[in-house]
Amino acid sequence: MSRSHAIPQGHPSIAPSIAVELSQAAVSFGKPGKTVAALQETNLRIAAGEFVALVGPSGCGKSTILRLTAGLLNPTRGAVIVGGREVGAKALRIGMAFQNPTMLPWLTIERNVMLPLKIVRPFRSDYRAKRRTEFRDRVHALLADVGLDKFANHYPWQLSGGMLQRANLCRALIHEPSLLLLDEPFGALDQFTREELWGTMQSLWLKRKPTVLLITHDLKEAGFLASRICVMSARPGRIIDDSAVDFPRPRTVDMTFDADFVALNQRLRDLIIDARSDAAIQGA
Amino acid sequence: MSYDLRRRLWAALLILGFFAAWEILCLVLQVSDLVLPRPTQVFATLAARFGILLPHVMQTLWTTMIGFVLGVTVGVVIGAAIGVSRTAYDTVYPLLIGFSSIPKVAVVPIFVLWFGSGATPAILTALAMCFFPIVVNIATGLATTEPELEDVLKSLGASRLDILWNVGLPRTMPFFFASLKIAVTFAFVGSVLSETVASNKGIGNVMMTASSNFDVPLVFAGLFLLAALGILLYVAFSLVEARVTGWATRRQGFASA
Ligand SMILES: Nc1ncnc2c1ncn2[C@@H]1O[C@H](COP(=O)(O)OP(=O)(O)OP(=O)(O)O)[C@@H](O)[C@H]1O
Ligand SMILES: [Mg+2]
Repeated sequence: MSRSHAIPQGHPSIAPSIAVELSQAAVSFGKPGKTVAALQETNLRIAAGEFVALVGPSGCGKSTILRLTAGLLNPTRGAVIVGGREVGAKALRIGMAFQNPTMLPWLTIERNVMLPLKIVRPFRSDYRAKRRTEFRDRVHALLADVGLDKFANHYPWQLSGGMLQRANLCRALIHEPSLLLLDEPFGALDQFTREELWGTMQSLWLKRKPTVLLITHDLKEAGFLASRICVMSARPGRIIDDSAVDFPRPRTVDMTFDADFVALNQRLRDLIIDARSDAAIQGA
Repeated sequence: MSYDLRRRLWAALLILGFFAAWEILCLVLQVSDLVLPRPTQVFATLAARFGILLPHVMQTLWTTMIGFVLGVTVGVVIGAAIGVSRTAYDTVYPLLIGFSSIPKVAVVPIFVLWFGSGATPAILTALAMCFFPIVVNIATGLATTEPELEDVLKSLGASRLDILWNVGLPRTMPFFFASLKIAVTFAFVGSVLSETVASNKGIGNVMMTASSNFDVPLVFAGLFLLAALGILLYVAFSLVEARVTGWATRRQGFASA
C-alpha cells in the first residue's frame, strides 16, 4: 500500500473527526475529605464511526466512563468532549442500551422503540402528526433489520429476553444517534442468543456506522464486534492497553476460533488477570 | 367450566354456607335473638324497615364518597410531591407516619369540637382514614423508575417532566388504582365511625340507637348493610382498576387465553 493513499492531502474533511474525547478525566465519589477514586486521569479518543470496546476487571470504572460520555456524570477533574462540545450542554444525540432492556410494559414494542422520537428534538415536535405514518414506518423498518417486524404490536412480556434486547437496540438507534453507548447489553443472555445478537449488532453498525462505545466482560464479544479494544486497570481504573482489531468484516462466529482471534483473546485475558492481581497486592 | 366461574361459584357457596351454619347453630343452641339473631331474622328486619333505612344508607354513602374524593385528592398531591422530590420525602414522611399511627377514633371528638356533629366530622374522618394508602402507593409508584431507564431518557435530553409524564405516571397507575379500592373501604369505616359517635343520621347512628333500644336484629341489619356497601364499593373500584390498568395484569390473562 502506498503512503500517498494513506494520507490524503488537502482534504481535511477526510481526516477522521473525533467523536468522543476524554482528556485527563477523573472521577471520585463521596463527600469532600472522604472521597473514593473511581477513575484515574483517563485519556480516550474515539474517532467518528469507530467501534470501541472497553474491557477490564469488575468495578474498574467502565460504567463510569460511559456515564461521563453520556453527560450523566461530570468529571471531578479534566474534560469530556463529545461531538466537539463539552458534555453537560444539552441536545446530544446519544443512544444508550443496558443489560436490562427496560421496555415499558404498558406500551407495544412499536411504541417502546418510538419513545426517543417523543423526546428528542427535532422529532418531538412532529411526534403527534407522524407517529402513525412516517415514524411508524421507520420503527417497522428498524425492527425488520433485527427480525422483529412481526412483533411490533406485541407487548414486552410476550417477547423472550433475546428479543427484548433486540428491541432495546432498536430503541437506542431509532433517532439515528451519532453515538451509541452500550453497557453490557448482551450480559444476561445465553451464549447462543448472544452470538446471534453479535451478528445483529454488527450488521446494524455496518449499515449505519454510528460511533459505538461498548462495555463488555466477554472478550470474544469485544473481538467480534470492536474495531478497537481498550483494557482498563483495576479500580481506580485507567486505560492500560489500547489496540486495533482488524479482522475483516463481516466477522463470523467461526472466525472466533481462528488462531489470530484466540491469540488476541489470550492477550486481553492476561492483561486483565495481571490488572486484577496488581490490585490484590496493593490491597493487601 | 372456566376457572374464573368456578372460583366465583366457590366464593358464593362459602358465603351461603356461612349463613346456613350460623342459622343452624342458632337454632340448635337456641340462642336468644337478643344476643345473636339468625340471618333470616336479620334479612326480615332489613326487608321490613328498608324504607326507614334507605335515607341513612344514602347519608353514609355520600359522606363517604365526599370524604373519599377529598382524601384521594390530598393523597395524590402529597404522594406525588414525596415521590418526585427526595427532600419532600425526607421532611414530610415522619409527620405522615405520626399522623397515620393515631387511631382515628381519637380524632372524631376533635372534629366534633370544631365542626359540631353531623356530616362534616363524618367526611373529615373518612378523609383522614383514606388518604394515607394513596400517599404511600403514589410515592412508591413514582419512586420505582429503573435507574437505567432514567439514564436512557436523560441522555436523550428528557426533562424531569418528560420522564414523569412518559414513565412515572403510567407506572404509578396500577399502584394508584390498587390503593383506591383499599382507600374507599377505609373511608367507609371512617364515616361510620364518626356517625356512631356524633350524628343523628347514617347507618352508624342507626346501629347505635338500635343497640341502646336492644333492637338487636336492627343492629345486625346495619352490619349487613355496611358489609354489602363495602363489597359494592370495592367491586366498583376493582372494575375501574381492571379497565384502566389492564397491562399490569394482562400477563396472566394471556397465558390462559
Ligand atoms: N454513585 C456512586 N457512588 C459511589 N461510588 C460509586 C458510584 N458509582 C460507582 N461507584 C464506584 O466506582 C467504581 C467504578 O464503578 P463502575 O460502575 O464504573 O464499575 P464497572 O467497571 O462498570 O464495574 P462492572 O464491570 O462491575 O459493571 C466502583 O468501585 C464503584 O463502587
Ligand atoms: Mg458497569
